[in-house]
Amino acid sequence: MSDLIRQSATTLAAAIASKEVSAVEVAQAHLERIAAVEERVHAFLHITEVSAIAQAKAIDERIAAGEQLGPLAGVPLALKDVLAMKGEPTTAGSRILEGWRPPYDSTVVQRLRDSDIVILGKTNMDEFAMGSSTEHSAYGPTHNPWDLERIPGGSGGGSAAALAAFEAPLAIGTDTGGSIRQPASVTGTVGVKPTYGGVSRYGQIALASSLDQPGPCARSVLDTALLHAVIAGHDPMDSTSINAPVPDVVAAARRADVRGMRIGVVKELGGDGYQAGVAQRYSEALDILQGLGAEVVEVSCPHMEYALGAYYLILPSEASSNLARFDGMRYGLRAGDDGTNSVEQVMAITREAGFGPEVKRRIILGTYALSSGYYDAYYAQAQRVRTLITRDFDAAFAKVDVLVSPTNPTTAFKLGEKLDDPIAMYLNDVATIPVNLAGICAMSLPVGLAPEDGLPVGFQIMAPAMADDRLYLAGGALEAALVDKWGHLLIEEAPEL
Amino acid sequence: MSISRADVAHLGTLARLQLTEAELDHYAEQLDVILHAVARISEVAADDIPPMSHPIAMVNVFRDDVVKPSLTRDEALSGAPSSQDDRFRVPRILDEE
Repeated sequence: MSDLIRQSATTLAAAIASKEVSAVEVAQAHLERIAAVEERVHAFLHITEVSAIAQAKAIDERIAAGEQLGPLAGVPLALKDVLAMKGEPTTAGSRILEGWRPPYDSTVVQRLRDSDIVILGKTNMDEFAMGSSTEHSAYGPTHNPWDLERIPGGSGGGSAAALAAFEAPLAIGTDTGGSIRQPASVTGTVGVKPTYGGVSRYGQIALASSLDQPGPCARSVLDTALLHAVIAGHDPMDSTSINAPVPDVVAAARRADVRGMRIGVVKELGGDGYQAGVAQRYSEALDILQGLGAEVVEVSCPHMEYALGAYYLILPSEASSNLARFDGMRYGLRAGDDGTNSVEQVMAITREAGFGPEVKRRIILGTYALSSGYYDAYYAQAQRVRTLITRDFDAAFAKVDVLVSPTNPTTAFKLGEKLDDPIAMYLNDVATIPVNLAGICAMSLPVGLAPEDGLPVGFQIMAPAMADDRLYLAGGALEAALVDKWGHLLIEEAPEL
Repeated sequence: MSISRADVAHLGTLARLQLTEAELDHYAEQLDVILHAVARISEVAADDIPPMSHPIAMVNVFRDDVVKPSLTRDEALSGAPSSQDDRFRVPRILDEE
């Protein structure tokens, strides 16, 4: 088999199982690709080469011994650096965790190991997942493989760029307000934010606990579904994990059928402020879905316009509380411990030295929104708006099976363009945030290149909680129609690096 | 309603952040802009709407009360910036005088 790095996870797994190639050869091909392009892309913060090769070797031996392994056995994966992996550096993109090696595995990592997926390394991200560009990483930004001068999205820009640069066929992200879907959108890849509680958060460094959700990323809808099935399902270690059967996302991705499906176009997520090429590709995709036999109707979710405001109060509030644990006492950085400073002074000096500007900005904002005198006007009011947004979704899903919108208002913007303007940066997530507030599930998949800049455009599909299979039914059908039209997946048009 | 430097300094104290003079200026200005942008949520008349803290309504998720293996002392101390006698070593907590 030639050109191992350009194969799908599905193809690679079949070739490894039939001994056409070895898991070691597959891992080595990807490690060589990483060595060749990382200087320009910077998708990874840490490469787990030694453990990856050892894991691949063990898989080959078990296959040689006649053992039947899982559907993704031997396939390499890029892991977002926000998930604990035992004995390997885990920084969440922050200086405050530089050099920390977790003494345990997150549940996601445990399930990847149990499925014999080979973890190649930890991917770059905005510090503590706060951002939409990876520019807030303490270790420097990731570059978009489609145009190295542009952002790869964020916070999971490293995972998305690793896919688009053919450094790994699978990746894990986490999505609090769009951190899986927006990077997928701007890199021409596929990403899914599962239903809140669908994938365990145990061992994920928390940003906003009522919004955070790990999820699968890949270059095709079927590969994404296979990874989704591996990581999803109840976990007693996460008290917010849903104890119910996982919808059959793999069967849905294979069926890929929208005949008779009712698709709702969210009126409030589109129009003004959306780039012309984004609007054009979005509308063409709607025509394709209609042509495939779906019924496309417009629905109104009147409170969506308040989602961004509610999110930027709820998220900083939860984050300011969650990040209190980084105090320099039990793990991570400690600064100013000179024998005379008190414990409180050491904590304040450590946090000042260890956190970057966006993290401090959100901690201060969250502390403000939760402080006495402002709590009702800000935090409590934001929580009421959250209820209204959830009711909007409930009413819409009473009429349609899935909702759709563009994933982002624009294609990838230039590195540095929005770095000093937090509001402009936050506006990028206007269409992805409502999904997290309501705890429902959503997918972004590529639907073409914007004519004006030649950059990928993402299409968002949203489904009710625990109806994740509908994302794959609709996404699979749309992807198949586009592949028919183009003769290949959009990612094949990404420039050679 | 605007945010002063003194407000930001107070928030820094509450959040255990020893902010620099330049940061106090910068964040006072930016916080003002952000709060104006999010203030629109007050336009929604929602006094009778229950606040939502979480997407799934689950209460009292219990596990069986049985002893299971957990981290060893060495593992738990493995990331500590400073330890002594099998414990985390921390700076002084009480004033000496």
